[in-house]
Amino acid sequence: MTLLIKNGHVKDPCSKLDKKLDILIKNNKIAEIKEKIEGEDHQIVDASGMFITPGLIDMHVHLRDPGQEHKETIETGSKAAAAGGFTSIACMPNTFPVNDNSGVTKYIISKAKKSASVNIFPIAALSMGQKGELLTEMADLIDSGAIAFSDDGMPVSNSQLMRRGLEYAKRGGTLIIDHCEDLDLSSNGVMNEGHYSYLLGLQGIPDYSEDVMVARNIILAEKINAPIHLAHISTQGSVELIKSAKNKGIPITSEVTPHHLFLDDSLLTSYSTDLKVNPPIRTKQDNQSLIKAVKQGIIDVFATDHAPHSPDEKGVEFNEAPFGINGLETAVSLILDNLVNKKIISLNRLVEMFSCNPAKILGLDSKGKIKIGADADLTIIDTEKKITVDVKKFQSKSRNNPFNNWKLKGAPVMTIVSGKVVYSSLKKPFSPKK
Amino acid sequence: MSFNKKHLLGIQHLTKSEILTILNTAESLKEISRREVKKVPALRGKTIINLFFEPSTRTRSSFELAAKRLSADISSFSKTTSSTVKGETLKDTVLNLEAMQTDAIIIRHSASGTPLFLSTFCRSHIINAGDGTHEHPTQALLDAFTIKEEKKRLKGLKVVIVGDILHSRVARSNVFLLNKMGAKVVLVGPPGMVPSEMAHLGAKIDHNMDRAVKNADVIMMLRIQLERQQKNYFPSIREYRHLYSLTPKRFETAHKNAIIMHPGPINRDVEISTQLADSIKSVILKQVENGIAVRMAVLYLLLGGKERDFTD
Repeated sequence: MTLLIKNGHVKDPCSKLDKKLDILIKNNKIAEIKEKIEGEDHQIVDASGMFITPGLIDMHVHLRDPGQEHKETIETGSKAAAAGGFTSIACMPNTFPVNDNSGVTKYIISKAKKSASVNIFPIAALSMGQKGELLTEMADLIDSGAIAFSDDGMPVSNSQLMRRGLEYAKRGGTLIIDHCEDLDLSSNGVMNEGHYSYLLGLQGIPDYSEDVMVARNIILAEKINAPIHLAHISTQGSVELIKSAKNKGIPITSEVTPHHLFLDDSLLTSYSTDLKVNPPIRTKQDNQSLIKAVKQGIIDVFATDHAPHSPDEKGVEFNEAPFGINGLETAVSLILDNLVNKKIISLNRLVEMFSCNPAKILGLDSKGKIKIGADADLTIIDTEKKITVDVKKFQSKSRNNPFNNWKLKGAPVMTIVSGKVVYSSLKKPFSPKK
Repeated sequence: MSFNKKHLLGIQHLTKSEILTILNTAESLKEISRREVKKVPALRGKTIINLFFEPSTRTRSSFELAAKRLSADISSFSKTTSSTVKGETLKDTVLNLEAMQTDAIIIRHSASGTPLFLSTFCRSHIINAGDGTHEHPTQALLDAFTIKEEKKRLKGLKVVIVGDILHSRVARSNVFLLNKMGAKVVLVGPPGMVPSEMAHLGAKIDHNMDRAVKNADVIMMLRIQLERQQKNYFPSIREYRHLYSLTPKRFETAHKNAIIMHPGPINRDVEISTQLADSIKSVILKQVENGIAVRMAVLYLLLGGKERDFTD
């Protein structure tokens, strides 16, 4: 099977490609990249007026499978990913049972093979049951297909465990991802602590509950000289710490979500549970600081922290509702509209943060670039396309997205995984063969 | 008198003139409770549900009597455990009750924002009888009514509120109301319970009670919950009393006509000395009496009673 993508503008900062080029895909790999490829025998996609980027990667997704299939499954979550322009996603281990053994990892991989639209990379738990006590069998998990380790929403409070984990992970050259939160400082908080939590009478989570753990992780990464990836950074304080760590060459990388970039805690006056997320939506000042950090290269990755919850679970009192935002299908448009089209960052920077950098951080050598021989994972983006977010049309099983009804300019229009079109919103995805 | 609000969710959502309308209406309704026959037909045929998810004596009976004195039918439910535990969501509980054709639902709940949440799917008028640590609008209204009765005004008064402000819905509603009416509010308590950033709500913050009570016109003491000590908001009751209890000595420095208020229930000799609680300067029981008039006014205005139904 061959697929020829013609007339698109190829944007790949990793391979330093930034011009109109045709791309030919053969046997799931990129076979040719040239100014003109003739296409008599191939299936043809006409990408005139559009950008072709390396397939986008979301390294922070909750697929809820196994165990909470009423929220999402590997099938629906991967469809949502495809619709959102992602060709690869990494899924967090907080399933039921927890992905802390090769059995669960293998289940995820085999179910993905059968039903997933995009590449699925399981992140295994760092500690058994995410309990923060005993390390998981990291080597066995890697052999079974785990790509990184994290206790996710159960932050690693025990610094000794984090230390031992880093030392052990370093041996296998693998990555630890940490959700930075001091649980004692957060106590039972449900939103950002500050003026609005005082106004609304909701228990606050101070911004420094994140900052102190970011600082601890930076110190451990430096001392042990092992990489830590900081999940969903949300505060100005974290940005400052990461900036100075990077200047010193400490192996720290980090990600930011669209909701932490574009939403602030004044919106909580609605008590809308769709805005309940951890780390919480912070202040306008934090938004600005995060955006600046994206611009300056301090933060490396855009990720969604896609956390689907059913309408019934979110349709309760604010304190009772689970944390989480459903983000796969809005992330790329939110960044295109709010940052790229407003000329705050370039499209190249978007590609770096949504594809090149996550591929490098996760060690996916044949992804995150458009290069002969690389995996034929591509995303086609129309920066002019206008959309209105409608959660009812989501591929995801859940609807908990606070951007509903937002009007956005710019969207992924086609997602190609291993040379196969897994999503397209184009009226005619394929040109007739001549 | 016009009152166009559908719900009473909080003081935040009320304008100054709406507050005045409620207070003036309460003033005309107050004498009903002193009549031989304490009942007028203003809300005859209306059905009200009193839905309390937290223990309450004062507020619950106050709403109940207010409704009865206006001839409404009222049914009270108390659930100290959330129905979520039993597998029924709050939404389902309320929709089931509403199916009995209620006109108003009075709700007390431990989660902030719950009345607003109900208003998103309920047909009935929603009245907030205290939501978590957010608002307790009828308490602030009855406090304002009492202050006005005693002081003849609200504007320009120095009102000092002392205690666990962070966790107090009474304090919040009072700050919002007193601010709108032009009083000067000072919030006092240990730093963890009175974060400096609460000044943005429209109040002065002071962690020193001796300084704060000087020349105060109104001193409002809040109940201190003993379990807060476990979370290190203050080291001991002994030390709390030492720093923040209203004692005769501290009270002497207030304005000579100052009044003492407390939303109840009181911890005698913890946040307030028994001697002061029972003194002529204390208006605590007047607050309770006025609570009925204010809640009658709220029910009457929301449920659209006619003025002629209670004036002779």
